[in-house]
Amino acid sequence: MALLSFERKYRVPGGTLVGGNLFDFWVGPFYVGFFGVTTFFFAALGTILIFYGAVLQGTWNPWLISINPPDIALGLGFAPLAAGGLWQIITVCAIGAFVSWALREVEICNKLGMGYHVPFAFGVAIFAYLTLVVVRPMLMGAWGYAFPYGIWTHLDWVSNTGYQYGNFHYNPAHMIAVSFFFTTALALSLHGALVLSAANPEKGKEMRTPDHEDTYFRDLIGYSVGTLGIHRVGLLLALNAGFWSAICIVISGTIWFEQWVTWWDWWLNLPWWAGIPGGVNG
Amino acid sequence: MAEYQNIFTQVQVQAEPEMGMVEGVELYNRSKGASFSTLAGWFGNAQLGPIYLGTMGVISLATGAIWFMLVGAWYWYQADLNPAVFLRDLFWFSLEPPAEEYGLGFAPLAEGGLWLIASFFFLISLSTWWVRTYLRAAALGMGKHVAWAFASALWLVLVLGLIRPIMMGSWSHAVPYGIFSHLDWTNLFSLTYGNLFYNPFHALSIVFLYGSALLFAMHGATILAVSRFGGDRELEQIADRGTASERAALFWRWTMGFNATMEGIHRWAWWFAVLVTLTGGIGILLTGTVVDNWYVWAQEHGYAPLN
Repeated sequence: MALLSFERKYRVPGGTLVGGNLFDFWVGPFYVGFFGVTTFFFAALGTILIFYGAVLQGTWNPWLISINPPDIALGLGFAPLAAGGLWQIITVCAIGAFVSWALREVEICNKLGMGYHVPFAFGVAIFAYLTLVVVRPMLMGAWGYAFPYGIWTHLDWVSNTGYQYGNFHYNPAHMIAVSFFFTTALALSLHGALVLSAANPEKGKEMRTPDHEDTYFRDLIGYSVGTLGIHRVGLLLALNAGFWSAICIVISGTIWFEQWVTWWDWWLNLPWWAGIPGGVNG
Repeated sequence: MAEYQNIFTQVQVQAEPEMGMVEGVELYNRSKGASFSTLAGWFGNAQLGPIYLGTMGVISLATGAIWFMLVGAWYWYQADLNPAVFLRDLFWFSLEPPAEEYGLGFAPLAEGGLWLIASFFFLISLSTWWVRTYLRAAALGMGKHVAWAFASALWLVLVLGLIRPIMMGSWSHAVPYGIFSHLDWTNLFSLTYGNLFYNPFHALSIVFLYGSALLFAMHGATILAVSRFGGDRELEQIADRGTASERAALFWRWTMGFNATMEGIHRWAWWFAVLVTLTGGIGILLTGTVVDNWYVWAQEHGYAPLN
């Protein structure tokens, strides 16, 4: 049994959402629960089907294996296994596994007396995935608009889909999403570095305190958000990065069909300055 | 139940501001006042200030302001000093580096010379800010982790604006200072060198960027979820593990079979964030200098389709 020294007293029964005590046990370090069983079922089935797809495709090179969605011509119907049907079943498996995983996290939160922040945050990631493979394809009328499951093929999809709208960087929601991603990385580096620099001070010095952390950041930029605040800020930044990513793709091809650069024309055409000569757009 | 989720600070208490630890700090460089913002207090600390200026801070802020003003002055020039045009075209204005034929030499002011001057001040500003991140930690006897993390970001900036242009033999390869123009530059850069998605270092950089968002979501959420047990007191938990750390660790152990420690998660965080710009800088530096077309390179290395 892979039990940490302090783990025994935390392994209590209860807190399950479904199944009562039936699946209320651990396997090695993993908690099982009803949703552990469903997670395992969906994940195993999906993985086996990916291997089956690799056999049909004829490659075992992990970079090149690709499970492709059906042709756009098929619309929203069921596809034959070898022509996108695998992708459809694997997508169902992925959604089943992700949702099961989130609910299993809720059960673990219950056991440990924790808030539901982690499953909620994971829910935002699931939302972004659903937006890409279910919501946008349904709004556009064909499963073929979803992305293929392959390491390099999904990059091709991103590249091709982006260029269908010209320079995708001009998508305002994409701008917001990228800004949140960069800001998240910045804030994460600062938080990680600050804690490490206080826990690992100069040679011969005693471990620093949260007061040193506050002082460092106030000296540096005039504000320290504090030990609790930084985790709210970090969670908020990270969730916004995922949320706006979903927004920026779901609006492309559903309510906006042109080059994203022309979206900005509304700004140039505002009546109070539209006709003024000079500058770049005059 | 909702009140336990700890999304906002519900009761704010204001007292005398904390004026900071002294240690080796030259106090005459630290401002004397502090104020409070109730808005900031909903999320984190309400206190604003004090701030430390000092030589490096003053140089950094001054040169940074000069860079900003030079870019802004160029925009006003592009707008013919018309405020309406300035606002209308703000995102379209751009201070461009010199054209290819000027090589690494100077160029007339309106043809990239101003870009060179502005970039010089930008470089001074960033360098002195790096020294500042180092010295402020030293004055408090702290580790230099912030400075080295910032150095990783500087590496990417230097590759884009200094090292790679020098290796390519012309300032024209540097990034312009403009909202849309730097996006155009990025787009064109990818197209010129055969789709940057096939650059493995670009792929790594994105992995670490998304990984950073994933890690901060996981870490921020975990700490908030155990904040009722004092989980936000991370240093205390590192030195003397309490029930908050134990629950946080077990949550991930039971979920995915593995857990970090209260200190270790911050090492994961530091490396993921630092590697975003470290690998990104390598990827940019190799582009056009070592590899001319990433798609062809990927075909030669067996991971892009051969058509």
